[in-house]
Amino acid sequence: MEPILQTKHLQKSYDGSHQILKDINFSIKQGEVVVIVGPSGCGKSTFLKCLNMLEPMDRGEIYLDGKSIEREGKNISLYRQKVGMVFQSYELFPHLNVMDNLLLAPRKVQKRKKEEIQKEAETLLLRVGLWEKRKAYPRELSGGQKQRVAIVRALLMHPEVLLLDEITAALDPEMVREVLQVVQELAKEGMTMVIVTHEMKFAKAVADRVLFMDGGIIVEEENPQEFFVYPKTDRAKQFLNTFHYAALEI
Amino acid sequence: MQDLGIQVLFRGNNFLRLLEGMWAALRIALIAMALSVLLGFLFGMLMTIHNRAIQCISRIYLETVRIMPQLVLLFLVYFGAAKHMGVNLSGEMASILVFTFWGTAEMGDLVRSALIAVPTHQYESGAALGMKKWQTYFYIVIPQSVRRLLPSAVSLLTRMIKTTSLVVLIGVVEVVKVGKQIIDASRYTNPKAALWVYGAIFLLYFAVCFPFSKLAAVLERKLAE
Ligand SMILES: Nc1ncnc2c1ncn2[C@@H]1O[C@H](COP(=O)(O)OP(=O)(O)O)[C@@H](O)[C@H]1O
Ligand SMILES: [Mg+2]
Repeated sequence: MEPILQTKHLQKSYDGSHQILKDINFSIKQGEVVVIVGPSGCGKSTFLKCLNMLEPMDRGEIYLDGKSIEREGKNISLYRQKVGMVFQSYELFPHLNVMDNLLLAPRKVQKRKKEEIQKEAETLLLRVGLWEKRKAYPRELSGGQKQRVAIVRALLMHPEVLLLDEITAALDPEMVREVLQVVQELAKEGMTMVIVTHEMKFAKAVADRVLFMDGGIIVEEENPQEFFVYPKTDRAKQFLNTFHYAALEI
Repeated sequence: MQDLGIQVLFRGNNFLRLLEGMWAALRIALIAMALSVLLGFLFGMLMTIHNRAIQCISRIYLETVRIMPQLVLLFLVYFGAAKHMGVNLSGEMASILVFTFWGTAEMGDLVRSALIAVPTHQYESGAALGMKKWQTYFYIVIPQSVRRLLPSAVSLLTRMIKTTSLVVLIGVVEVVKVGKQIIDASRYTNPKAALWVYGAIFLLYFAVCFPFSKLAAVLERKLAE
């Protein structure tokens, strides 16, 4: 099967000299869930931002549905509608209530009918257990609730691929599960996702493939059963040792 | 028969004239403020661009406006520019010009700091949802900035209204000027006229400014919540 999203020789530096991403060749197929792990500062967020074109890359190509994507120009908006993203920080719009947060982009960007989106939004909110909160403002929600709304907001754009950047990293432990559950359900339904996370149990459960990134390159690429139990490289072993998760040994 | 002092306010159409004078002053402040809001937004957005030349020029403009007393600016424009460069400018026009020049700088600075107070990830979330730059500004960044700068903008408006008491000095017939005329006209019949007229002007200014300054306080409190 053709990859849905692909990068070839992606390179990126912020200051022109120190390369954060050295040569990333990445691809993901329809319905696949790829989890990216790696030490903090290794360039995972940078990679997702490049994938979403929030950061310009220095060199390389991005392909969506086999077509090379231009780095500039008005097609960027169209591209971003197909490649959605949810961030670590709760980035709901604080001046809008939950429903208006959800409606804004589908209405203004995709020019869809309000009634239609609203119906879909209510269905999705019901599913993530937040229908009662549809009129609430972000400041009235917990971190976990905000992230679930953020996921719904991205889903309403009907993306082909969803990028999730450590969406539970800023959450209190008891809220992590409610968010990861939503992601797991999406995975079951066949949503194509690139997930950056430090939740190793979750990574093992949800991933079809794990990429281990370090020093701006993809060091290892494996299925989760292999990677988490028999990592090949020393760097990956070292990295995994920093997580004390007995549960994975089973 | 000697008047009771207060009667000076109600003789003929004196009170109406005072009100008209107040309106003339208020109109200058309101027009200038409306223009300042428009231009200030542009100026504020301009100042957030990382460009040495733009930032340098904006800095100079801002500092100039802050250092110069409004009165000097009024004289400069009305007597200087108007009379010497052959531009025929009414006192009211000159006042609106100066107040807008001043207000745009102040509004611009408010807008600039409100804009940079909106976190980067708000811009990024807008972009990540496929919104164009102007859409992100229009629907996400500006509404959040407006909340932040509303209290200071309202207090700028009250300062402007107060400062209109200076425009009498370049010949605008506003409330202070009207007051003087009334006092002059009743100099012989009512020696206490000055006290009553200026008292009335004080109350008029108070009546106009108080609601605004109260509003600013309320907004400030709401925002802190
Ligand atoms: N906007 C930026 N400007 C300059 N350097 C940055 C910027 N964002 C990230 N970096 C640097 O790039 C490197 C990779 O960061 P990041 O992609 O956030 O790593 P990760 O998400 O894997 O923790 C880090 O060294 C970080 O300091
Ligand atoms: Mg990161």
